[in-house]
Order: sequence, then structure tokens, then C-alpha cells
Amino acid sequence: MLVLSRKIQEAIQIGDDIELKIISIEGDQVKIGIDAPKHVEIHRKEVYLAIQEENSAAAKTVSVDVLKGFVQTKK
Amino acid sequence: MKLETKYQGHIEVDEKTVLMFEKGIPAFETETSFVLLPLEEGTPFLVLQSTKTPEVAFIVINPFEFVPGYEVKLPDSTIEALEIEKPEDVATFVMLTVKEPFNDTTANLQAPVIINANKQKGKQLLMSNSPYETKHAIFKETVTTKGEK
Repeated sequence: MLVLSRKIQEAIQIGDDIELKIISIEGDQVKIGIDAPKHVEIHRKEVYLAIQEENSAAAKTVSVDVLKGFVQTKK
Repeated sequence: MKLETKYQGHIEVDEKTVLMFEKGIPAFETETSFVLLPLEEGTPFLVLQSTKTPEVAFIVINPFEFVPGYEVKLPDSTIEALEIEKPEDVATFVMLTVKEPFNDTTANLQAPVIINANKQKGKQLLMSNSPYETKHAIFKETVTTKGEK
């Protein structure tokens, strides 16, 4: 992993069209501004991981019989 | 075309109904082609079935029927990626993680599946700043929802 030191208001350019800027630092929290084209999706890592994990869990369903039961009890 | 499915065996589907998920979905990035199949007539459940891998299939529902006040705001990036022109072309589904007993089943409200029926394009929208959870107990009786926000 490339590691760079930056101060407040300094930035990092990634490729032609992505810029990361250090907006502020308060205690152990850093605010980062991101300029990127619309098609580049930006997510907090933990959110992305949670979605991946949930998708994997959702795909593990083996039997859908339990769903058929739901419908019958609703009728 | 003939399709081997996870829950419904071998079936015949019209190629025109195939939905393209250009970037796949998180954890299944190489799955870019799905079809949406009703699970059984008269039920609210549908199956988002990969056309490439029979085992990759998700049970989905229309969240608006089950979650009062559920809201999805489509960012410009999604509108652009799916080439959405009219709101009425958009269909929204959420994936279920099916559990036994059935009441423990959860719905991923934080990442709905957005489909542009007009262009046969879809994607899973990750709503980072939303109040919704990946494990929403969608079918729990109201008396047992104390864990919810």
C-alpha cells in the first residue's frame, strides 16, 4: 500500500479525475473531501463490507419452502 | 433460452427479459446477467436469478408493500448508469435473507435493487447515509420489534 503524508488542505490526485483532499483533522477523525466522476462509486468501507456480507448470506438460502408456508398462513 | 435455476429447475425464459447488471453486485461482481422470476403465483416473492450461475439467486420483494414509509432516493450516478428517463420505468426490490422460522427473515433495506424496466438494466444501490439496515426484521410482529430503531 502506498502511504503518503498530507496536511490540512493538501490533496492527492488519483488518475486523471479523482482528487482526495484533507478537509479537517479533529482528534482521531479526519474529514476527507472527494472529487470523482459520477460513475465512480464511493462508499464507507464498512458499509460496503456489510452489503457484501449480507448478499452472501442472502444467496445461501437453500430451501424456499418456508416462504410457501408464509403465503398459506396469510390467506 | 433455456435456463437452469436454483429454485425452479430448468425453465425457458425470453432473452428479452434478461437484466444487465454491468458491475455485478457486491460479493458477486462477476454476475452481470439476471432474470427476475415470480417464485410462485399469488406470493409476493420473486427470484433474482443469475443466468450464468444456477446457485446464485436472491429472493426479493417489493419493499413498499411491507415497509411503510420506505424511501429510496436515486442518486444521479444511478440514474445515469441505468439510463433512467421516467420514474415509472423504475422498479425497486429488496433482497431477503431467508431464515427459519420464517419470522426471523430479514430484508436488506440499505441496499435495494434498482431496475430500469425500459432498458433492462439493474444495479444494487448502496445507500451509505440512510437510516435503513442490512438486516431489517421485515416480517416480525410489532410486539417483537424493540430492537429496531
